[in-house]
Amino acid sequence: MVLLIVIVAIVVWAIYAYNRLVSLRNQVDNSWRQIDVQLKRRHDLIPNLVEAVKGYMQFERDTLTQVVEARAKAISAPNQASRIAAENQITTGLGRLLAVFENYPQLKADENVLKLQEELTTTENQIAFARQAYNDVVLELNTRIQSFPTNLIAGNFGFKAAEYFKGAPEDQAVPKVDLSMTAPRA
Amino acid sequence: MAAGNFRALEATNRRETVVLVVAFMLLLGALGFGLDFAAHDIAIVDGQFVGFPVLTIAALAFAGMQSIVSYYSGASLVLLSVHARELTADTVKHQTVLDVINEMATAARMPMPKPYIIDDPSPNAFATGRDPAHSVICVTQGLVDQMDREELQGVIGHEMSHVADYDIRTMMMIAVMVGGIAMLSDFVYRWMFFGGFGARGRGGNKNQAAALITIAVIILAALAPIFSQLLAMAVSRQREYLADASSVEFTRNPRALLRALQHIAKIESPLKQGTAGTGHLFIVNPREGVREDDEGFFANLFSTHPPLSRRIARLQALLGVADASALDAQAGAGTSAGS
Repeated sequence: MVLLIVIVAIVVWAIYAYNRLVSLRNQVDNSWRQIDVQLKRRHDLIPNLVEAVKGYMQFERDTLTQVVEARAKAISAPNQASRIAAENQITTGLGRLLAVFENYPQLKADENVLKLQEELTTTENQIAFARQAYNDVVLELNTRIQSFPTNLIAGNFGFKAAEYFKGAPEDQAVPKVDLSMTAPRA
Repeated sequence: MAAGNFRALEATNRRETVVLVVAFMLLLGALGFGLDFAAHDIAIVDGQFVGFPVLTIAALAFAGMQSIVSYYSGASLVLLSVHARELTADTVKHQTVLDVINEMATAARMPMPKPYIIDDPSPNAFATGRDPAHSVICVTQGLVDQMDREELQGVIGHEMSHVADYDIRTMMMIAVMVGGIAMLSDFVYRWMFFGGFGARGRGGNKNQAAALITIAVIILAALAPIFSQLLAMAVSRQREYLADASSVEFTRNPRALLRALQHIAKIESPLKQGTAGTGHLFIVNPREGVREDDEGFFANLFSTHPPLSRRIARLQALLGVADASALDAQAGAGTSAGS
């Protein structure tokens, strides 16, 4: 009788632990999709950016080329790790480009460029915030997969630890692409 | 991420909303019951109730209706009363506001609240709605014009925190109920002085008890608006600090809200719209003359918001004092560090 109760309890716990792992894995997938939407949006914006600034930013040519190349790498990336590395290059390059916008009064006078600037800024911010959310659920999933006794369930049913989305070294802190804060206060 | 924190606050707010509705119904029920005596619908004859308490039932029905209406359309009523309209991406700056609301929703992991705008030059903002899925965030044109992107993030982050922890539900119910009580109390007053008083006496039961209850009703009707106002204030003040802290958590940038509040502290223009019942919803008190840094007991008692200087000081503590004083110099803000 006691044995039966113990077995039932273990089975109930196993079902609960398994379902919890499934739920977390789905959350990780979903969070990644949120980032992916923004990353793709950013890919789509880069050609517009190149078009908009090609007449202005002679000396930023290198950065611009880097961004375009990183975009190509990100699109054809064979795995998530190299994709993340390429995306981080884009983040760094775009951050630099957005920062020097301030030096071009003609750019700031162009309504379409302002719109593009806002679109890029919000996309960068969305990526940063969505990345935080993604890393939070990855942390939760990985902790569960590795800790006893859930690791027994995870091991038997093939749950794998998910990959963190680490930022580029220079934006490990808070990625800030807000331009207006560097402008003198009105 | 303090998700657990938000869940705890959400539970508190759910409970408080229920308590509020019950208190509201009791208050109005008591008012109706007293009025029944005043109108001589009912009386105590030889220790027995006689008559039918029609006004008690009417008051309870009114309270019930008002609670249901405020729950389901409180947000619309509030938006209507401040003359807000839906915010569209008609200019780049408005697009920026929409984007920032969306960003903060991502940071808070909430659905995006519906954006609204008030055409008023005073910088302010509020959030309302019954839950995150039916929430709205409303900004003034003044906020849009005067805040840069970073400051906007701080302000919207503050509002998003009210959304995430269900403050919006409690505050919205208070807004509509304070309005309802003020209306009803006004009605009772007119009715008592211009017609009610003993006009329909059934004769013979004008006993002392009835007279006493009548006086009690008058006092209750006079005090109800003050009590409900006090309630609104007590409930809302402590929430502002919490929302300030959560804003920093969402933006991961204490400077954002700090700079916004320092900016607002320098501006002395109150909102033009009537805000008697809705003042506690806004990020800073929208009325004139209530923003100074009074710290006295009565100032605290009658204010829906903690003094701005205190909120600024708390944010400065998060940044570290040296950094904050540098900011002060940069922004040219006259605000001291407060306490």
